[in-house]
Amino acid sequence: MNIPTHLKYTKSHEWVKLEEDGTVTTGITIHAQGLLGDMVFVEIPQAGRHLKQGEECAVVESVKAAADVYAPISGEVITINPELESAPERINEDAHSAWLYKIKPSNIEELNDLLDSSEYQKVLESEAH
Amino acid sequence: MKTTSLNQVHRDMNAKMVDFGGWDMPLHYGSQLDEHHSIRKDAGMFDVSHMLAVDIQGEGSRDFLRQLVANNVDKLIQPGKALYTCMLNPEGGVIDDLIIYFLSESWFRMVVNAGTSEKDISWIQAQRNELAPELKITSRRDLSMIAVQGPNARAKVWQVISGSQAATENLKLFQSIMFEQYFIARTGYTGEDGFEITLPEGDAKHLWNSLHAAGVAPAGLGARDTLRLEAGMNLYGQDMDETTNPLESGLSWTVDLKSERNFIGKKELIKTQAKYQLFGLLLLDRGVLRSHQKVSAQQNSERSVGEITSGGFSPTLNSSIALARLSAEVSIGDEVQVLIRDKALRARVVKYPFVRNGKSLI
Repeated sequence: MNIPTHLKYTKSHEWVKLEEDGTVTTGITIHAQGLLGDMVFVEIPQAGRHLKQGEECAVVESVKAAADVYAPISGEVITINPELESAPERINEDAHSAWLYKIKPSNIEELNDLLDSSEYQKVLESEAH
Repeated sequence: MKTTSLNQVHRDMNAKMVDFGGWDMPLHYGSQLDEHHSIRKDAGMFDVSHMLAVDIQGEGSRDFLRQLVANNVDKLIQPGKALYTCMLNPEGGVIDDLIIYFLSESWFRMVVNAGTSEKDISWIQAQRNELAPELKITSRRDLSMIAVQGPNARAKVWQVISGSQAATENLKLFQSIMFEQYFIARTGYTGEDGFEITLPEGDAKHLWNSLHAAGVAPAGLGARDTLRLEAGMNLYGQDMDETTNPLESGLSWTVDLKSERNFIGKKELIKTQAKYQLFGLLLLDRGVLRSHQKVSAQQNSERSVGEITSGGFSPTLNSSIALARLSAEVSIGDEVQVLIRDKALRARVVKYPFVRNGKSLI
């Protein structure tokens, strides 16, 4: 499975990218989209909403099921991916470029709580057993 | 876990396998949506060998079935004709829904659901012992079943099984014929034309691979569910079960209360007044309808009018649809609310089927 080393991950299968301007972009992992199958609906938090790390903040629905998406880090939602409303299948095509929203972190230290690619790989392996 | 004769074939095709009532079955082979569209526009195939064919043989088979099931087997006049029916318990609840094929006066074949097959067999045997002990009842686990569906499905089958065209091109809907080792029926669970082919399990792999080589797309249980939902066909265990009455499950058309014939469950059905009815729902807001979501009146979300029994995303309509058991006061065209997570979303009550032969009916 493709687990890029420049991203951080959560146990709940979100990927996280720290941008050069200090904002954070997030989406769901290739593994998560594979479990869910074809995406048909995405509900993303509105810009301006303040999230707490670990809070349920978005929903992705596939042909099979609805799944909650959790905030990987606390902060304010600054922009959402407008493409996903009409084209949720972008997540299946390329989960790492089909970001859900960008957040302005309120505590950048929280990034240290996240997993690196090898730790995330171990999570996937343990789930496979 | 139980496997069909095609299990390895599915795995070789990289199917995502799931536990379906104890059977290891393909959910999809990559994209459930693509499989759905293949069947609406061209041709696809399902392994449905987990379903069970049950042969009822002997003098008096028809008379036994007159009592066993809610639809009237006297509608089966021409050999090969098929009938969809429910098998009820004495309380009028649905033990299973099934298809009965009339092969001859001394041979009828029932095809029952996979998850219910064991209880069905014990129930049928118990009734046989009481009503017609001389009849022979055989579970045909030696047979496999492949459903080939879609506007081009029949032509693909004719291309692959030589001589089958002449034998089957005059079959009307819900008719079947034995051709060589194949039992070919013009039936299905998708709202499209096509055949369901029952054959010795040793021949299944060859037929599957030949159909695949002819361009028939393999399709999994995921697409099977969205196709049948669009076609407005009930799913046992979701839209009806032993605790629900067929008259409140959109199945009145399959229950014959007119003839003098007495069948198991009839006494209770006659007594009860149906308070609910199965309706279609079309979601007007964005989201996805799912089974067990609560439905309430348009003006008053406190006033429950029922519950969704089957819901999902309709790839053909590109919106969400559902079957819902709603109070009989509700009418087609009404707007209702569906509670999805913490939001009340708007839905319209519509007639189903939603889709037939590739076309939207909404």
